[in-house]
Amino acid sequence: MILKALLLKALSEAVGVSGDEGSVRAVVIEAVREHVDELKVDALGNVLVFKRGTDEPSASPESGGQRLRVMLDAHMDEIGLMVVGHDSDGFLRVRAVGGIDPRLLPGTLLQVGPERIPGVIGVKPIHLLEEGEGQKVPQLKDLVVDIGAASKDEASKLAPLGTYAAFATQFREIGPTVSGKAFDDRAGCAVLVELLKGDRFGFDLHAAFTVQEEVGLRGARVAAYAIAPDCAFALEGTIADDIPKDKDASPTTALGKGPAITVMDRSFIADRRLVRLLTDTARELKIPYQFKQPGIGGTDAGALHLARQGVPSVTVAVPCRYIHSPVALLSMDDFENTVQLMRQALSRITWRTLRRN
Amino acid sequence: MEVIPLLKQLSEANGIAGYEEPVRELLRQKWQPFVDEMREGKLGSLIALKKGTGADGSAARQVPRPKLMLAAHMDEIGLMVTGVEKGFLRVARVGGTDRRVLLGLEVVVHGRRDLPGIVATRPPHVLPEEERNEVVPWDKLFVDVGLPAEEVEQLVAVGDLISIRREMVELKNRRVAGKAMDDRACVAAVTLALDQLAGVRHAWDVFAVATVQEESGLKGAITAAYGVAPDLAVALDVTFGKHPGVSEVDAFPLGEGPAIGVGPNFHPALVARLKEVAEIHEIPVHIEPIPGHSGTDAWAIQVSREGVPTGLISVPIRYMHQPVETLAAQDVERVGRLLAAFIAGLEADFLDRLAWDTTVEGE
Amino acid sequence: MRELIRKLVGTHGPSGVEDQIRAVIRAEVEPLADELRVDPLGSLVVRKRGGGGGQRILLDAHMDEIGVMVTYVDEKGFVRFTRIGGVNPLNCVGGRVAFADGTVGVIAVEEKREDTKKVPRFEQLYIDVGATSGDDCPVGVGDAAVFVRPFLAQGTRLISKAMDDRIGCAVLVETLRRLEHTPHDVYFVFSVQEETTLSGARTSTYGIEPDLAIAVDVTGTGDTPECRPMAVKLGQGPAVKVQDRGMIAHPLVRDLLVRRAKEANVPYQLEVLEYGTTNAAAMQLVRAGVPSGCLSIPCRYIHTPSEMVDEEDVEHSVQLLLEVLQAA
Repeated sequence: MILKALLLKALSEAVGVSGDEGSVRAVVIEAVREHVDELKVDALGNVLVFKRGTDEPSASPESGGQRLRVMLDAHMDEIGLMVVGHDSDGFLRVRAVGGIDPRLLPGTLLQVGPERIPGVIGVKPIHLLEEGEGQKVPQLKDLVVDIGAASKDEASKLAPLGTYAAFATQFREIGPTVSGKAFDDRAGCAVLVELLKGDRFGFDLHAAFTVQEEVGLRGARVAAYAIAPDCAFALEGTIADDIPKDKDASPTTALGKGPAITVMDRSFIADRRLVRLLTDTARELKIPYQFKQPGIGGTDAGALHLARQGVPSVTVAVPCRYIHSPVALLSMDDFENTVQLMRQALSRITWRTLRRN
Repeated sequence: MEVIPLLKQLSEANGIAGYEEPVRELLRQKWQPFVDEMREGKLGSLIALKKGTGADGSAARQVPRPKLMLAAHMDEIGLMVTGVEKGFLRVARVGGTDRRVLLGLEVVVHGRRDLPGIVATRPPHVLPEEERNEVVPWDKLFVDVGLPAEEVEQLVAVGDLISIRREMVELKNRRVAGKAMDDRACVAAVTLALDQLAGVRHAWDVFAVATVQEESGLKGAITAAYGVAPDLAVALDVTFGKHPGVSEVDAFPLGEGPAIGVGPNFHPALVARLKEVAEIHEIPVHIEPIPGHSGTDAWAIQVSREGVPTGLISVPIRYMHQPVETLAAQDVERVGRLLAAFIAGLEADFLDRLAWDTTVEGE
Repeated sequence: MRELIRKLVGTHGPSGVEDQIRAVIRAEVEPLADELRVDPLGSLVVRKRGGGGGQRILLDAHMDEIGVMVTYVDEKGFVRFTRIGGVNPLNCVGGRVAFADGTVGVIAVEEKREDTKKVPRFEQLYIDVGATSGDDCPVGVGDAAVFVRPFLAQGTRLISKAMDDRIGCAVLVETLRRLEHTPHDVYFVFSVQEETTLSGARTSTYGIEPDLAIAVDVTGTGDTPECRPMAVKLGQGPAVKVQDRGMIAHPLVRDLLVRRAKEANVPYQLEVLEYGTTNAAAMQLVRAGVPSGCLSIPCRYIHTPSEMVDEEDVEHSVQLLLEVLQAA
């Protein structure tokens, strides 16, 4: 397995449902601590790191004598489930943490709680279905998680109220692609780790591995307030909806076509100067890139751009098929190209980039 | 301090979201004896400070002391006049008012002077069959103040507020029912805690905040949290009480203790401490798993500035957002005791215990 | 003022791409400003220093407008798009849109639809810019366009696209022009990205830290056939907002506007809006809170290409703001 896939494997297999990101935090800290000048964990559990820049504080009029502060963001959390009740015969009642797609749950394998207790979600056998019942998607409130507990008592001891559960999926290398859980946004975390590993940039680099994106962009909001950057990049694993369909008026993104740049989504409008920086860089260096279909989805940039007096922001993502499902798929070429594009674009960024006509 | 008379006073005070002055002034009097300073936030939240003693036990020296914020919202839901038609008032809701419970309700219209009113619609006898079993839509619902149209035009204007008129009643087993128990029950609990802390030394500065406009988007909490800039916060709100028709996993029995929230909105070490204090003081509590937005001030406070470790204690109430919100007085007393014990036991260096699971270096 | 309005509504400026409209407004206000800056998200902030002893007052009007954004260009050169802000497909078909470089496209609807009586979905609409292939199409993914419709004055009614909120911008520019003396430190903010996320006003307000803030924006009316009940009427004076879906106006600001209107005999109406909101909803939550309100210009057919306001209401809005700013 190539080295970068090893990092992605460790990140993907770590469990970190929103609010319970400890295991991912440990992997992240281990991976970056030697490559940064400062590292801290804030009140919400964000990992905030700092890597000093090499530029002399600029004399350009925008700078105010300060080195440019650039923030890079990737969120550590993943969607999952939370135990909210125990049935008398030992089943767990659960609710969604973040945007769970109920169509995907039947037949799913889970890991429950810090001990990673295996659990399964099954539904009524096909033989027993009533007329028309097979057409309906079972809703989460009607499903239970089976960890093999024999009584309510045992279930509540093994998985007390509030216990988190995550998909249990092993990382696999398929060829040019890899599969696993939580690529949204461990792919972004892996890109960010790679960027931190390299040489220093001219600007002061502030990186945030954030918590609680999936429940409302919450980690990014406080991280951006604390950092107060001059501009920000959210790094993501984003929707690739490139499977066959009757009609595809506007493709989202496609695997293998390079990093996806967001111009606008439901949470924010990207800063045009940063979009231009990325596309100019990609074109000049012949790095493939694509635009994510404008108008859909939302990322941490929705919170970053609102910090304090406003932060020009953009999102760059590795296209992933089947995000928010137990198993996603991405192309390592896209991953590499995302790292390349970001590294090259960042190496060109100066105060001048943010100048307005 | 007796809890039931306090609940009665607070429940019957008016304080529709955005216009909390009457309940704020009542609360100012109630809190005055127990706190060192009081101020009003920019949007009207009441912010009271009870100073702590810091690490060395002397309030004078250790500055700044760590700050704890308690937040309970004092606003309630209500109605607002949107138009006057032939002497009848068209209304809109302020906050999450439930129109299923409005018909036949007595209200007070705060016009040039307060006018008694009735929420009215056409009688069933004259309605087409299909409308008889429908909840009356807003545009067919009026408030009737029983005055001639010309007089109504003089006395009432667009934008005037309408409060629900309801006296609290005492049911069996120290249960009470009234309006605005969401969240005056918790305002009462904070008041009880302040009372119990009178003369008690505590290391942390305690900011008791009665927030405004929770019902219209947590607005008091968003702004008050920025203003106070706490190191730690506990929000207090109501949760669903059990009654027929409410799912088992969403609701809690009355009179068996408050609920402590767990989930992404809450710092696990703070949750652990609250549970520990409850156990030591033999206060029964439930655990309330909340997988995302808690729908409470805690949600806003947690992401204030650089982030605030936050907890949530909830009093179970039945029939939320109806003028018969019902709760057990014992549960309110328990929240008061739990808060007082938690505050009294808060070590000056408690923040260190909130460090997350990994070693920290650098800054 | 009519010429100013004509110029403002005719300028391109969808949310996120406000460069052209910012330049136009900047040219109008620069000679009048004591200070002028463009803040990090692109809002234009103009300061008029007070004579002293007053408050720091923020007046906001958003300069962005609704529009559409290209999501895909197919091999034949047809353009698929999504909306920027609250665009209704009902108002799209047969309309024209203009891109920043002046390219104009026609919005058409796919002929093969299951139910042609239904309002089409955005996926069923496309823009035809006259291209013959994807390669010669002059626009690309991410490019933004606005509706095209000429400005029209008929009696006292003014009709155009983008009255929301260029009419507010015009009121601010005109207020600044006529403002002779004020004790207050006044910040005129021409904000970005209101139609999508209220982002510009929120971040500008953070930088300014005002004592009170007033958004100047359009509001709906209740005076058209079979409309939702609402007390506001076109031509009856600017509306002082009491509440909308996003905010409750601070009583201080509401009362201030009402008081000044009464004192100066400027007609006004009170407004409770049951849908929609304005930048005031964002401004009031900045830092420890900003007492905020809204002066609304009644407007029919909001978010269509033919938004209609009354010139008298516009004039009275300027007069009322001047009263507010010139009094202590």
